[in-house]
Amino acid sequence: MNVVEIAGVTKTFAQGNVTALENIELELQPGEFVSLIGPSGCGKSTLLRVIGDLTPPTSGTVTVNGKPAHRARKDGDYGIVFQDSVLFDWRTVAKNIALPLEMLGWDRERRKTRVEEMLDLVELRSFADHHPWQLSGGMQQRVSIARALSFEPALLLMDEPFGALDEMTRERLNLELLSVWEKLGSTVVFVTHSISEAVFLSTRVVVMSPRPGRIAGVVEIDLPTPRTAETRYTPRFFELVTKVRELLRSRGEHLLPEEEELLEADR
Amino acid sequence: MKRIVEWLPALVVFVLVVGLWEGIVRALHVQQFLLPKPSTIVSVFWTERHTLWPAGWYTFKEALGGFALGSGLGILAATVVGRFRTLGRALMPIFIAANAVPIIAFAPIFGAWFNPISPRSKMAVAGVLCFLPVMVNTLRGLNSAKPRQIELMRSYAASELEIWRRVRVPTALPFVFTALKVASVLAMIGAIVGEYFGGALNALGVLINSSAEVFQFSLAWAGILVASLLGIALYGAVVGTERLVVRWTPDMRET
Repeated sequence: MNVVEIAGVTKTFAQGNVTALENIELELQPGEFVSLIGPSGCGKSTLLRVIGDLTPPTSGTVTVNGKPAHRARKDGDYGIVFQDSVLFDWRTVAKNIALPLEMLGWDRERRKTRVEEMLDLVELRSFADHHPWQLSGGMQQRVSIARALSFEPALLLMDEPFGALDEMTRERLNLELLSVWEKLGSTVVFVTHSISEAVFLSTRVVVMSPRPGRIAGVVEIDLPTPRTAETRYTPRFFELVTKVRELLRSRGEHLLPEEEELLEADR
Repeated sequence: MKRIVEWLPALVVFVLVVGLWEGIVRALHVQQFLLPKPSTIVSVFWTERHTLWPAGWYTFKEALGGFALGSGLGILAATVVGRFRTLGRALMPIFIAANAVPIIAFAPIFGAWFNPISPRSKMAVAGVLCFLPVMVNTLRGLNSAKPRQIELMRSYAASELEIWRRVRVPTALPFVFTALKVASVLAMIGAIVGEYFGGALNALGVLINSSAEVFQFSLAWAGILVASLLGIALYGAVVGTERLVVRWTPDMRET
């Protein structure tokens, strides 16, 4: 059974009469890591929010684990990571990770065990009792990921989770995310506007084009697993990056100057 | 040790100012009714302690009552108004306009409503002074939760009540304490000024007012000293509570 089935999803915003998404069709199998990539305004974040039932589609349906998205949200099927870590300042690192578990009604012992596992997973054990302000941006985002994974959600939704981090931290967290994903076998939808990040992480890259937001093409990523820092230097990696870039380019007539720059910067 | 070093500059300035005050008054032979010497004030503060402290305590209780009542109702009102948006839209402009009214001007009216001698009229003045800043700040705090935090809670299928309890209330707490600090000062002002318009004979405001009328300025100054100490104590109690409750922000350590 597919984890996610998106059928004929269209989303228009009344303000400014914008069509953010037009007739999106997409299916995700269990354990897939799918990246959504495209210039700003292509609706990739909107699509993620529609999948997560944070915003309703204007028409079409989203089915998660065979249920409507609304039901799936009520059942706690989603783990979400935003661009900023969205930690709760008044909770320690351990308590931030435990929050979804509290919401799901786990008892104290079970929470404690799981939080410790997650802290080990993201290598923050010695920071369990720190408050968010005492952590660096990269560490905060690791807490956010640990929190999203703590209850083993069927679907992990990540909206440019590493967008605000420096390149070094970003590449390290990419590797960390992959090892966590391989261990837990979750299904991931990952929004990014970095081509190399999308290719490095994914099993499939969905390229989107703007105005209206559509799927321009899908690239299967057949790089061998597990991926390592060296994967980025293999010829196949470059071929796939080029393939994604060409798909983005083929819609070039729709690009605004600043989006052109964005593509250039990623080269 | 570190604390002493931190406080040292303030202590030095305080001693300098008091010393300068004493020196200038002595050197220029300033009249007693214009400005008594600090040493005179302190000596009256000591000799009249059996009058001053009971008077201070009496007024402090009024201030405390008004503080508790006004702040409590302010937090309650903010909670209700925050829950029902339409109510908030109807009431907020009125509250904000009311905030600009010099409430203290109502002191004689409260005297007429509650019997000018009774401590209740002073509590009413102090309470009304505390109410608006606490209510406005609490409401702002309850509405300051980040939209992303609320979305995240929704993704965990949290109910509105859970979002309120786990996100809105903790976000509001620093705002509430900022307001309570302001309110603690206002409560003392309300109680004392309320007493200037009449009150029990053993009240601090009455004592300060009547001493000044009969040219016992040193006694009036000693009364002001008592009022200041009690005001600082109330403010300090709020700050202490804040440190116990709000332990998660870095800037808590700075102030």
